[in-house]
Amino acid sequence: MLRYTVRRLGQLVIVTLVLSLLLFAWLRALPGGPVSALLGERATERSRAELVEQLGLNQPLYVQYWRFLGRAVTGDFGVSTGVQPGTPALEVFLQRMPATIELSVLALTIAVLVGIPLGYVAGRRQGGWLDNLSITWSLLGVAVPVFFLAFLLKYVFAIELGLLPASGRQEAGTNATHATGFYVLDGLLTREWDAAWNALLHLLLPAAALSTIPFAVIFRITRASVLDVLEEDYVRTARAKGLGAAVIRTRHVLRNAMLPVVTTVGLQTGALLSGAVLTEQVFNIAGIGQALSLGFQRQDYAVLQVVIMATAMVYVLVNLVVDLAYAVIDPRLRTR
Amino acid sequence: MLPGTRRGRRLDELAESTPTTTAGVSLAASAWRRLRRNPTFLVGAGIIAAFALLALVSPLLAAHDPALRLLEDQVSRADNRIPAPQPGFPLGGDQYGRPLLSRLLIGSQQTLLVALTATVLGLGGGLTLGILAGAFGGWVDTLVMRVVDVLLSVPSLLLAVSIGALFQQQSRFTVIIAVATVQIPVFGRLLRGTMLAQRASDHVLAARALGVPERSVVFRHMLPNALGPVVVQATLMLAVAIIDAAALSFLGLGSADTSTPEWGQMLGSAQDFFDTHPQLAFWPAGCIIVVALGFTLVGESLREALDPKKRR
Repeated sequence: MLRYTVRRLGQLVIVTLVLSLLLFAWLRALPGGPVSALLGERATERSRAELVEQLGLNQPLYVQYWRFLGRAVTGDFGVSTGVQPGTPALEVFLQRMPATIELSVLALTIAVLVGIPLGYVAGRRQGGWLDNLSITWSLLGVAVPVFFLAFLLKYVFAIELGLLPASGRQEAGTNATHATGFYVLDGLLTREWDAAWNALLHLLLPAAALSTIPFAVIFRITRASVLDVLEEDYVRTARAKGLGAAVIRTRHVLRNAMLPVVTTVGLQTGALLSGAVLTEQVFNIAGIGQALSLGFQRQDYAVLQVVIMATAMVYVLVNLVVDLAYAVIDPRLRTR
Repeated sequence: MLPGTRRGRRLDELAESTPTTTAGVSLAASAWRRLRRNPTFLVGAGIIAAFALLALVSPLLAAHDPALRLLEDQVSRADNRIPAPQPGFPLGGDQYGRPLLSRLLIGSQQTLLVALTATVLGLGGGLTLGILAGAFGGWVDTLVMRVVDVLLSVPSLLLAVSIGALFQQQSRFTVIIAVATVQIPVFGRLLRGTMLAQRASDHVLAARALGVPERSVVFRHMLPNALGPVVVQATLMLAVAIIDAAALSFLGLGSADTSTPEWGQMLGSAQDFFDTHPQLAFWPAGCIIVVALGFTLVGESLREALDPKKRR
């Protein structure tokens, strides 16, 4: 187990290094190059010259990359030019991270809570009406552009019916203390129940829109996995032994069918972050996704660097944790 | 082997006892037999056929030039007015006063073009990487797979947007490149896996033992057998490409030229009018959803049909 962990950590380091190399090249390939990228189009000639000196752009590329790496390690990615001008890019990222995590966690929770039970029931009653209905739903979920669904939900439930808030993270003027930046959690910690409830209501529509693709994937993997496991010899043996149906369902079918689902849930991090970029834009949530789309619109490459690097790291780390958890559940993997 | 010998006789007996009626059916043939009766596949294939046909004949169907601002006098920025449906213009006009129905019809062409070119490019790149990694193994495999891992570790939309931003001026071409780049690592990883499985298989070992040249082993023996899952994925990716192109437009990285319509671009640029004129988004979104559903249905039924486990 220890060797497996060490090997996976080693892979993580390599992926990070390759990513930083690509990011370094990307920043230099952008129209205008890093100086315009970091200072903006309207910078004066003097500040440009200063930045060229400061960034060492007059030095050989390998020296430049080494310095880029050094600054990145200390969290210095430059100052935001477009999203929140003047604020260090890392700080912009850290301020906005809780909103995106809150949204993604709720979306993933919805996808898991609906997808796994539905996939299990659909797999056990293959061809039944519930099976057909949920398959249709999951296929449709993949075919509908996430941002259009977000708009549709917002239009129907917020604008036409007025049931849920249309934008933002919390009602303006709500008396709320924000200690952690996770608004729902803040409300619960400080016992400001109204504030927590209000923040949760704001999350419902965007999370519902965001959950469709993870739901579709989780549902289908669960269903396929249940179908596979039901045909296994050990399930037949368990039946032949005369074990109760409930015991077979929980101990033999459900437990083994969950193995591929665990990995899939981890892989959804990427889809969630992609979707968050779009949903946050629709619902005007000040999260990482919005920082990204704003960053591209206003060419704030300092912020873009941090966000791309950090989201990739989060993605890789989550999958590392999932793989380790998987290795704990399934000992065969450790030796590979 | 002489027919009179004891061993020869036994071999003859064995040959006769082998049932000849169940002559081998290739996986493709049996897949096609099942597909023909699969309603999911038929619906999906029907949608795709209709879409392709529409792209071909839309110039004949469209009553107006999609680039002309025929109803511009009915557009008002100040009181947020766009042309309503009227005689000659069943769906009214868009935010520039251009005929919406004609734009939708003609838009099928560019939508098909984006989906096909992006997927073909992504497939080409992925095949190259996958063949390199899967056929050679060793350090080539490690190197290629590390790069693929990194590309896969960046959320797909983020990667597409990063590639799109590299271009000074956004055009349909840059959208296609951005969408294709996202697909390359997906195809590469998939093909590498199936190629590695082929490498270890007995028929490849047999080909090597017979002295078949390495190049022929890779392209004639391994690749054709490894392509099944890739074909399925490509069908699904056609749907993803259309949706990704729409997302790029939504984030402001769509083609800067709006005279030749494309559904994703129409949907993405309708965002400012969604609350007031939802029809601008509904029509292109509806078209995208139906076509994406068509590709998904065909892809999923292909996957099922090519699964040897389900073969009966």
